Amino acid sequence: MSIDRRIFFKTAALIGASLTLGKSFGASAPEGGEVEFRGMLYDSTRCAGCQECEKVCAKAHGLPEPTETPEAGKIRKTSDTRRSVINAFTTPNGEVYMKNQCMHCNEPACAAACLTEAMHKTKEGPVIWRGEKCMGCRYCMVSCPFDIPKFEYFSTNPKIQKCDLCYDRLMEGKIPVCAENCPAEALKFGTRRELIAEARKRIAENPGVYVDEIYGENVAGGTGFLYLAGAPFKDLGMNTSLQNSSYPELTKGFLYSVPSVDVLLPPLLLGIYAATKNNHLKDEEDHD
Amino acid sequence: MTSQTFPIDKENEGRSILKFLVAELKPKGKLLTPFNIISLPIILLGIGLIVLRYWHGLGAVTNLSQEVPWGIWIGFDVVTGVAFAGGAYVVTFMVYILNMRKYHSIVRVTVLNGFLAYAFYTGALLLDLGRPWNVVNPIIGNNFGASSVLFLVAWHFLLYMLAELIEFSPAIAEWLGSKKAKRILSGMTIGAVIFGITLSSLHQSGLGALYLMAKDKIHPLWYSEFIPILFFVSSIFAGLSMVIFEGSISSKVFSEQITEKTHKSHNTIVHSLSKVCAVTMFAYFFLQFLVFIHAKRWDLINTPMGYWFLVEMIGFVFIPMVMFFYSYRTANILMIRIAAILTMIGIILNRLNVSVIAFRWDAAVHYVPTWMEVVVTLAVIFTEVWVFRWVINRMPVLRESPEWAKD
Repeated sequence: MSIDRRIFFKTAALIGASLTLGKSFGASAPEGGEVEFRGMLYDSTRCAGCQECEKVCAKAHGLPEPTETPEAGKIRKTSDTRRSVINAFTTPNGEVYMKNQCMHCNEPACAAACLTEAMHKTKEGPVIWRGEKCMGCRYCMVSCPFDIPKFEYFSTNPKIQKCDLCYDRLMEGKIPVCAENCPAEALKFGTRRELIAEARKRIAENPGVYVDEIYGENVAGGTGFLYLAGAPFKDLGMNTSLQNSSYPELTKGFLYSVPSVDVLLPPLLLGIYAATKNNHLKDEEDHD
Repeated sequence: MTSQTFPIDKENEGRSILKFLVAELKPKGKLLTPFNIISLPIILLGIGLIVLRYWHGLGAVTNLSQEVPWGIWIGFDVVTGVAFAGGAYVVTFMVYILNMRKYHSIVRVTVLNGFLAYAFYTGALLLDLGRPWNVVNPIIGNNFGASSVLFLVAWHFLLYMLAELIEFSPAIAEWLGSKKAKRILSGMTIGAVIFGITLSSLHQSGLGALYLMAKDKIHPLWYSEFIPILFFVSSIFAGLSMVIFEGSISSKVFSEQITEKTHKSHNTIVHSLSKVCAVTMFAYFFLQFLVFIHAKRWDLINTPMGYWFLVEMIGFVFIPMVMFFYSYRTANILMIRIAAILTMIGIILNRLNVSVIAFRWDAAVHYVPTWMEVVVTLAVIFTEVWVFRWVINRMPVLRESPEWAKD
């Protein structure tokens, strides 16, 4: 069945694509190779759980200073007052820390969901939220597979809170505060390509330390935030059941069918209307 | 040009249009009916809660959370309400496109019902928006999120409301007694109908497509790539069941407006509509079954969510479908009405399951609406019924058009 559907959608996509004159749907990587996506490599084996990243993040974005500390068995989540959190996990090799924040997907579901382009994948890589465009519908929250955008429910001027990879600082030529202030150098900022190469190098040089996987390389179509760890990611609170293709891909078929239906259905209806218009006249003739 | 003479009735002659409108705004009929006594306090309470919502934020009145950002204001008011409004595009298709004249007497009331449903339930969407002052962004300005299903749904909603208003406008022209306007507006009907059906087919399915990206959040029994098609097909019998249900109430409440002839033909109409329901429900049930089989979901059935799925599919799709099929031959109007009500419950269950109940079914804390969310929803519905009644009592919707307006 899925094959039939695929063929159907491909046909629909072709029609749709020709109708929209090649205008592409879905948030896709910007064209032109001048700017590469930037991202972050988080190496869990180096992280000591000091929460310095959390503290500087809160300070840089005007959020309250974190008071809780990471504790194994208790998952802390990002919230409308916390853009980044560190959690602790118990593994056979001892306590392991994991950072959690926006993944800055290559093709973000939130940006594809946003009907005002308030959620936006910048050409530099960060996924940012733009308040002057947002209408607060929270469809980004429904769509994000990582549950990242957080909404200020108790505000009359509510904002979406999420990591923006310190986009303003990037524009000034600086790097994100968390990467700048990590005392253990567990966070490395760079272009996504460099970071993947670096991650592979670390795994190759210390195969005993790392699991042979970079979380974020493929998940959800690839993310800007990449993870290395010494234990399987499913034991470290990471969702490993997510699909590897991008999430906007799921709505592409529907979106491509829209222009086709919008253009093809009216003439069909008009034709049926014209064909049935004189039904009653014909009936009368038949009765004669 | 005095021929546009708005109040064409003798009694209204010589009065200005303003006076006419003011007179029409006054309530007609008894004020202390049981419906008014129940609905008015709820509407007033709802208005108070809406003030509270804008005063202290959404969190003050709703149980929405970071995990479940859409509650019943979206899942019931919008997603379910729009399915019930589907009758308008189905009936206009039958009357204007297929030229089935026997349904002509129910066109206006169905279109009015559809238009008000859209106006109120999508109007209720403004309550749910965190930053409603930006609501015009996708319509004007350069903020076209064209890759968004919601963008598409928003535009199709807006244009469809316009199409329905045009479809209904001849009744407004007759009410105001304007021959010229009536002639022009009637000429626009067929265009509005064609675009209305097109827009409907896309936003009915679009409401389902909204949930396509929530793949990992909706229980697999309710999630499939076919949600858009399932939503579209079910909107056909959801809308028609609403037409049957609304018709059985209107024919009692507004019986003095309905002529003997129309009253008699109503039962034949209900019977014929029940046949359409039976067949489309069969298509829907079969499609659900195919999705279930092909996705190999047998192991999910023997779980609490599986039983809940069976309740929806057997109790509120299969059984009403069989009842519709049974009355196919027997023309048992009472059974049709019961089947229509069961079908409507099934649609409410289905839409709420996708949008609320099976959404984050695995979350530690489940979303349950607050009493305040329920009251606001009821207030919206009651206000809609008030406006519906106001229009029915003034415009030629159920009653016959004035003599001058007949062909």
